[in-house]
Amino acid sequence: MKIFKLCLVVVFAIALTAFAVKTDAKGYTVGDIATDFSLQNIDGKKVSLADYKEARGFIVIFTCNTCPYSVAYEDRIVALDKKYASKGYPVIAIMPNDTDLKPGDNIDAMRARAKAKGFTFPYLLDEGQDIYPQYGATKTPHVYVLQKTKKGNEVKYIGAIDDNYKDADAVNERYTEAAVNSLLKGEEIKNPQTRAIGCSIKVKS
Amino acid sequence: MKLILFVLSLCVLSCNNSETHTAKSAPTNAKVNTVMTSANNYKLDVYDYNGLAPLINKKDDQVHVVNFWATWCAPCVKELPYFEVINTQYKNEGVEVLLVSLDFPKDYETKLKSFILKHNITSKVVALDDTDQNRWITAIDQSWSGALPATIIYKGDKRNFYEQSFTQKELETELKQFLK
Repeated sequence: MKIFKLCLVVVFAIALTAFAVKTDAKGYTVGDIATDFSLQNIDGKKVSLADYKEARGFIVIFTCNTCPYSVAYEDRIVALDKKYASKGYPVIAIMPNDTDLKPGDNIDAMRARAKAKGFTFPYLLDEGQDIYPQYGATKTPHVYVLQKTKKGNEVKYIGAIDDNYKDADAVNERYTEAAVNSLLKGEEIKNPQTRAIGCSIKVKS
Repeated sequence: MKLILFVLSLCVLSCNNSETHTAKSAPTNAKVNTVMTSANNYKLDVYDYNGLAPLINKKDDQVHVVNFWATWCAPCVKELPYFEVINTQYKNEGVEVLLVSLDFPKDYETKLKSFILKHNITSKVVALDDTDQNRWITAIDQSWSGALPATIIYKGDKRNFYEQSFTQKELETELKQFLK
């Protein structure tokens, strides 16, 4: 009987694991715990979320050099970091594309772009394209706001930076800012998930 | 509407203007801008989502293939010829292709129109210019994260949405589900 029970437990555990893997493939939803990583920055050093002892959370943005939507948001991403890094929510930018398919997104091009635009945050290469599928990023730019909790870095917001890709001056709703502001105040996030057009992440077929 | 456009194009031709921008407000919230250039005389209709919605929800007997793309989107440009093939080869089987460009408005003249002419695109092309993406992306399909390219194939109430790139074969396989 004991063996039978043990078997049941094992089967149940396998079923759970299988289910978890399946969920991961689709990426995170709000409330999930985001994985940490160790990715190469444009200065050659490895960066992990765990390096940020003082941070209260993170604004993780999957972005790249070659997507016009990402380019349209570069200044606004810098502004987000300048505004929120000191409040405990630094921007961590991750470039998810295959660099053979998009040479304009390779580490040298990333370094040049970061310098030209005055990036104040790490710009990491998702080498091996291992991290973005776990988050469930499908396009650039794609934002994940994380909050440090006892359980880990909890996903609090997924989606767009704001509601106007064309014109930063004509923005009505700053979704990412609103999400971080709510976290800072300890309030509910009004729009925890938003959508925007972006460039599909480039993967070898 | 077609009559108005026809009259307008006559006017443009007879006036021999180098360029005319016409904005018309339909009775609904829909907006249609028609940009014409006599140099190539290519007419591009520009819609907001309310204007586009009737074009991607037609209740006729045709099979509609709607592809969301942009000239800056490499995988979109790669698969565009496959949609062109569908448009010509399946026309007689009641298939209609609509290419919805998400190019930036500043690029309509310089990039989009020249692309259409250079590649001899025969499918109908319209442009969607609506910044409230958070509203219309989910209105087009709940599952769409917003990545390009994306495609809808529909006939009446049967409707499939694809947030992916196609090969010619894959596209035809999906289309054939609707031709039975």
